[in-house]
Amino acid sequence: MATIDYPLPKLEPFKGQKKIPLEEFFTSGHRTCQGCESALVMKMMAKAAGPRSIILGSTGCMYVANTTYYSTSWVIPWMHTQLGSSGSAALGTAMGLKALMRKGKMKKEPINVIAFCGDGGGADMGLAAISATLTHPDYNLLILMYDNESYANTDIQLSGSTPYGANTTFSPPGTVKRILHHRWKKNMAGMLAAGHPECKYIATVDMSYGLQAMNCVRKALSIGGPTFIHSLDPCPKGWDYDPMISHELGELAVTTGVWPLYEIENGVLKLYGKTKEIAEGRYKRLPVRDYLLRQGRFAHFIEEDFDYFQNKIDQMWQKWLIPGVIPFRREIDQ
Amino acid sequence: MTPTAVAEAPKGTEKTALITGSEAIAVACKLADVDVITGYPIRPYDTVIQYIAQLISNGEMDCEYVVAEGEHSQFEIVKHASTVGARVFCGSSGVGWMYAFECLTVTPALRVPMVVMVGNRALDDPGAFGVEHNDALAVRDLGWQLVWVDNAQEALDTALIAYRVAEDRRIFLPCAISCDGAFLTHSQALVKIPAQEKVNAFLPRYDRGDLLLHPDNPITVAPQANEDWLMEIRRQTAAAMDRSMGVIREAYKDYERIIGRGYGNPFFEEYMTDDADVVLVGMGTLSTPCKVAIRKMRQEGKKVGLVRVRWFRPFAAEELAQCLSRFKAVGVIDRDFSLGSPYSSGVLATEVRAALYASAKRPPLVGFICGLGGREVLVPDVEKITGIVYDAAAGKPQPLTHWIGVRE
Ligand SMILES: Cc1ncc(C[n+]2csc(CCOP(=O)(O)OP(=O)(O)O)c2C)c(N)n1
Ligand code: SF4
Ligand SMILES: [Mg+2]
Repeated sequence: MATIDYPLPKLEPFKGQKKIPLEEFFTSGHRTCQGCESALVMKMMAKAAGPRSIILGSTGCMYVANTTYYSTSWVIPWMHTQLGSSGSAALGTAMGLKALMRKGKMKKEPINVIAFCGDGGGADMGLAAISATLTHPDYNLLILMYDNESYANTDIQLSGSTPYGANTTFSPPGTVKRILHHRWKKNMAGMLAAGHPECKYIATVDMSYGLQAMNCVRKALSIGGPTFIHSLDPCPKGWDYDPMISHELGELAVTTGVWPLYEIENGVLKLYGKTKEIAEGRYKRLPVRDYLLRQGRFAHFIEEDFDYFQNKIDQMWQKWLIPGVIPFRREIDQ
Repeated sequence: MTPTAVAEAPKGTEKTALITGSEAIAVACKLADVDVITGYPIRPYDTVIQYIAQLISNGEMDCEYVVAEGEHSQFEIVKHASTVGARVFCGSSGVGWMYAFECLTVTPALRVPMVVMVGNRALDDPGAFGVEHNDALAVRDLGWQLVWVDNAQEALDTALIAYRVAEDRRIFLPCAISCDGAFLTHSQALVKIPAQEKVNAFLPRYDRGDLLLHPDNPITVAPQANEDWLMEIRRQTAAAMDRSMGVIREAYKDYERIIGRGYGNPFFEEYMTDDADVVLVGMGTLSTPCKVAIRKMRQEGKKVGLVRVRWFRPFAAEELAQCLSRFKAVGVIDRDFSLGSPYSSGVLATEVRAALYASAKRPPLVGFICGLGGREVLVPDVEKITGIVYDAAAGKPQPLTHWIGVRE
């Protein structure tokens, strides 16, 4: 049985945009691109967690661009961790706090521990450590994977989370091969949910829906044990679009059905936002080309590529055991 | 697996137990009241975690303990636990240590005083469980304090001293205690276990001070420094390493005063060197066959001594050079290799040569590579080595490196 013998924070959901506190914990000093949604994730995540928090950040844009020596943007304690170490960073920090509080060497109080990683650091390199950490019920922590769908900081290389066909510096379209990257994006949140039955909270978020995303962070921090959030973050540089439309793209990812929004809380799956409406038949998915055509990284797509992509998304909604979460069917339902 | 007390002693005094080198390190962790421990299986390091796990499940030790999913995580977990103020322990062997290499490189500049045990083991491939020193030596340039011990008592005492030195605010650098695989990790000896009260008097609580990562001290740790500041930060880490020799000396003195066991010169042990013509230099459990052979050779009238290097980082270059310049020739025995290095020597031979360079009197120095992959170094091997060193003393031209005990 899990023993969480140090206190959990009480973080009620913000009941509307106007109830969100004004105080910032991720402020000026960062050097991210204009329209960087991942930077917004940092800001909202810090706000949702509040000042009694420790943030660990693995290598990537949200390290390199945010913590130039002497101009850190973090008001709350922050520490770098290695590219594949978000899981271990969160675990080690939580273990240290727990040991010291339990042994009377530190004042007992709820301290939020959040480790973030990019898709390269999380879905590729750090997957084993995240997986291991999600099996440790004794420690309160949140791992947040901000997914800009590439190794962005090193100049936009494909990761296991890059969508099919995207033009990255490691998968440029050429004269003979139009599509160099033909792997399908990893289903990270679904995989972690299926693989870690004891984990009490896993969610997908999108900062175009900021209030919901912040409340997901608050729930993840107060439910107890290790938790995971996967956010999809439009990245003007890597996706090649005008920074003005970051939010719009974030919305299109959801309304085209490419990015389903859901929470899995204590073993119960809840779709939310437009995703819920799609699933309940109250909203008709927009064509994926509405989303893809706005991004330069798909500029080399021809009809058959759009069709392939659309077909995969249709399959996800029509054939998956749980659309957006569990990517297989039961033989009995054939 | 709990250490068996063979002589129950009154409170405040030592107990004696028949334990292995690994068990001695486990007992030191218990005495040091370590807060966070991580394990991952690899021979021979795994033995120390087996003992620790038993201490925890028997309620004799109170810490947060996890088995990680790999050595990389093992070291990252304790690194982060240390930054919030926890005393930590972990370790590894051979390729496991190399698997954690990224984490080993970041620890010194973060000024994380983790204390770890390396159960020295040959690196794959091909597979070998036995001892070689290349694993721990791989971090020799990076800001790790590295110490080799040659018996279980020294393992226990050195582990306690290591916490005291690493966690000293003037240092805040990690420390790896090397124990030769099998020869020390798995060999039992009678070990005196100091009383808890005395250990408490010797080893103060770990205080992370202004570097504590905590909401009450909202610092940003390890920002992107680039060419603007990295060099100054490296210099600070180097300065800490330079201070380490003095702090080590202080710690050994206090250990002797409070615990009652002294080691003389902390940096190297001298055995039968007073009147020696030639000496052998080595690290770890090589000392056993060397000492036996030296006693035998002395009966035959050969004046041979041994200098066993304990602390490899910091390296007591001046002191060692002064010591070695007394002799007619020096033979350095490496249980490691440094392929393509000057004279194709081992790592220790190269370092000792460098240490001697600034010395006014430089005896001939010959390097020997032997005992790799856990191959036993036998008394005849040591005799053969000594013969070559005598030849060098007599001015006979020599290759500067010899492989001993190898099929040609
Ligand atoms: C072990 C290791 N390998 C490679 C790198 C180089 N590197 C630095 S940042 C980065 C990109 C990380 O991508 P992601 O996690 O997706 O974060 P993003 O940059 O996209 O925000 C890489 C590969 C590194 N820092 N460490
Ligand atoms: S490259 Fe993308 S993730 Fe990185 S700072 Fe720019 S917009 Fe943000
Ligand atoms: Mg990325």
